Amino acid sequence: MSKDVAKERSMIIQKEMIANHFMELSTAKETGKKVVYTFVPGNISELILSFGMLPVYPEINALQSGMRKKSGDYIRDAEQHGHSEDVCTYVKCDVGMMINGNIGPTGEKIPNPDLLLLSYTGCFTFLKWFETLERLYPGVPVALLHTPYQEAHKITPEMTAYMVKQLKEEVIPKMEQVSGNKYDEEKLKAALRNSSKVEQHIINIFDTTKHRPSPIDAYFAGVYYIGPINSGFRGTPQAVDYYAELYKEIRERIENKLGPITPEGVMEEERFRLVVEGPPNWTHFREFWKLFYDMGAVIVASSYTKVGGVYDMGFRVNPDKPLESLAEYCMNCYTNLNLQQRVDLLSKCITDYHADGFLVNSIKSCNSFSAGQLMIMQQLEKKLEIPIGFIESDLVDPRYFSYSNIKNRLESFFQMLEQRKMIIKTA
Amino acid sequence: MKKYFLGIDLGSTTSKAIIIDENDHIIGRGITNTRANYTVATEIARLEATYNARFTLLKMKLQDEIESRPDYKRYIRDVESVFQYLQFKRRLDRLSVEFRDTITTTFSGEKRDAISGYVDGIVSRIGPSVLDEFLTGQLGSKNQFFRDIVSERYNKEIAGLGKDFFEPMMLVYDKSITKVENELTEYDFRELVDHSMALLNDKYAGLGESSSEESGLAFDSELNLLKGNYKRIYDSLKGHIGFVAGLDIHITDMVGTGYGRALLPFPEKSIRSEILCHAFGAHAVFPDTRTVLDIGGQDTKAIQVDSHGLVTSFYMNDRCAAGCGRYLGYIADEFNISLNELGPLAIEATKEVNICSTCTVFAAAEIRELLNVGQKRSDILAGLHRAIVMRAMSLLARSGGVRNEFTFTGGVARNQAVLKYVSDLVIQNYGKDIKINVHTDSIFMGALGGAMFARRNVIN
Repeated sequence: MSKDVAKERSMIIQKEMIANHFMELSTAKETGKKVVYTFVPGNISELILSFGMLPVYPEINALQSGMRKKSGDYIRDAEQHGHSEDVCTYVKCDVGMMINGNIGPTGEKIPNPDLLLLSYTGCFTFLKWFETLERLYPGVPVALLHTPYQEAHKITPEMTAYMVKQLKEEVIPKMEQVSGNKYDEEKLKAALRNSSKVEQHIINIFDTTKHRPSPIDAYFAGVYYIGPINSGFRGTPQAVDYYAELYKEIRERIENKLGPITPEGVMEEERFRLVVEGPPNWTHFREFWKLFYDMGAVIVASSYTKVGGVYDMGFRVNPDKPLESLAEYCMNCYTNLNLQQRVDLLSKCITDYHADGFLVNSIKSCNSFSAGQLMIMQQLEKKLEIPIGFIESDLVDPRYFSYSNIKNRLESFFQMLEQRKMIIKTA
Repeated sequence: MKKYFLGIDLGSTTSKAIIIDENDHIIGRGITNTRANYTVATEIARLEATYNARFTLLKMKLQDEIESRPDYKRYIRDVESVFQYLQFKRRLDRLSVEFRDTITTTFSGEKRDAISGYVDGIVSRIGPSVLDEFLTGQLGSKNQFFRDIVSERYNKEIAGLGKDFFEPMMLVYDKSITKVENELTEYDFRELVDHSMALLNDKYAGLGESSSEESGLAFDSELNLLKGNYKRIYDSLKGHIGFVAGLDIHITDMVGTGYGRALLPFPEKSIRSEILCHAFGAHAVFPDTRTVLDIGGQDTKAIQVDSHGLVTSFYMNDRCAAGCGRYLGYIADEFNISLNELGPLAIEATKEVNICSTCTVFAAAEIRELLNVGQKRSDILAGLHRAIVMRAMSLLARSGGVRNEFTFTGGVARNQAVLKYVSDLVIQNYGKDIKINVHTDSIFMGALGGAMFARRNVIN
């Protein structure tokens, strides 16, 4: 692989945004800013920011460590601390990073948490993760925001009321206490107005894959596109600017009939269009992407890019009902949907974006994604008669990425798609 | 000129070659277990398939005679058996040279002389006994490898030797066999067939004069006819054999598949995934197949296909040996028996011992424990066979279950005990109406699919 990585303009902007965020974090103790650790699914960053506090997302740090080839050592250290082989590797990577001085992806130290905001959204491990952090940072306050699962395919008014009550009685008082600032609803509303604009941009951006060739890759590049809203910029004017620029850039590509930009260059020929379910592998991210690039496979939609919020089914924040909006946003996250809703969502993606195949990357570490994937596959195959592929890897444990096994299965999958195309053409 | 197509399946344990004609009919099969490298493996399998194809073409040419005359049919069958034996014999001679080299470089003095004596004795006994088995036991049709045939007999011979000689004799064998196995030996078809017929004619001439045991042939009605007719059959066959020996079996196109496929010097369109090839092959043989289970040496695949033989989904176990053929290889080593003896022994079981280990390596420890507490070998083996099938069943369930007709392919499908448990469990889980297919060519399905893709490459 060459050293030169092709990059979009918006990626450079994003890099600066993120660098600034980590810079701000590294000086938080000097500037007196308080730091809140919280999770990506159901990240109510607008609320955190409205108190003038800074968010830290442990999963983001873990995946960054994975991409920078540091996760292997971190996981080893966490295992030496008693975490078993089967524990989520995001947790172990995060713990390993903390016991090694908590140095973040930019090489700057990440400050210790002043508050752990446990927004529990479809992942049981989050509870245990912050229990571990509580032990690592004795005395740190924890605010629990329990998100009810969409068991009956919908959000009821009672569910929203239950969450709003938690926000009012548990989360906001703790935030006031930690930050020393009073809850300011106008500030929150202003942030949500920004979020609302960003949501529309995101919908527009991911909807561009209906073009042929698709101007973007909605999985490998998609994870960069969802970066700002999942790493501290939800509700900020910078996020609005970033997404406006990104959308503009993508529209230019559509006009010029250009395919996605990949680290190997622009994809010249779109041979296969896929919908992918499950998170990517981070330790071999570029190799993983290249396997698809080499085969001319473009991902036209992925469930993973909806992990920090699902907007396809009509949900938008309503700035006039700020706390209700935050509650509904959390309940609408992908991993909080029940399996039938996931099938419906994926099915819509496959149909709307004319996918040739559906591929599952089953993650050893991640129950909230992997549980139910077989059922999802079988239902989609039955309902849409779409060819299904299945590969296995892990989030950030390099021991579970077998390049040759994945390549072998992907080759079979792509040949299967090609053979099908040939038959359909001649039939 | 007639067109033929070659499919090469470079598996993790064996390499297979299939030659088909323009109607997708299999006319040649070749298989090798060489671990030399994939280029040598391809050549060995291809050459074997070509020899086999010549015999098939001969039989096709003489179909009327074969059908109407049992002695004619028998003669051709015997020629093919002796032909296979002669190939075996050349390798055995080669092995004998290798044995001598190994002995000379490894041992000295009296020990060397003693070992040489043992080895020479073994080699001289293996030759005739194997010829007998080729002729009467149809050893050639069992797809046994040179290594299996020799090691089974060699091991039996040295089992009685004391500790002082057992280890050195094993060392001589292990050091010599791989070299021979990895060597590509090309034979002149014509010469070998002529030699086979000459040997046979001698045998037939001797019929009646000696007891059947000495002639290496069981005396039956076909032979009775041959006794008087062999000269006439020989005269009429000679020309036909000359014709097929001279035939140019022109391979119009070929496709490679299996784990080693990327190493083949073939263009991209001539490399296909083994998933597609296995499914395509199995579907060609059994067109109503919708589910294919392939248990190979180092992976297990559950494949769903549509009515065109197109793969709709597949599920693979390529992580854990406990569901694959190598598991059985490992178990055979643990029991100190050959792979071919496993199935028959397991079939004799009166019950299945429950095997708890989900890991190949740990299963060995469990076996020792079970033997210690007095469980019978056959019952343990039955349990082990059931365990491997249970894993395959789980894979099948995950891939979407068994639909309509079910075809079992891969090398492991030749194991009778595995077959029994697969059948039992498929019926148990998916109902007795499911038709279960296993073909004698099950191990060749990937290569067959490859050859069929090669034919379609040319059409397209």
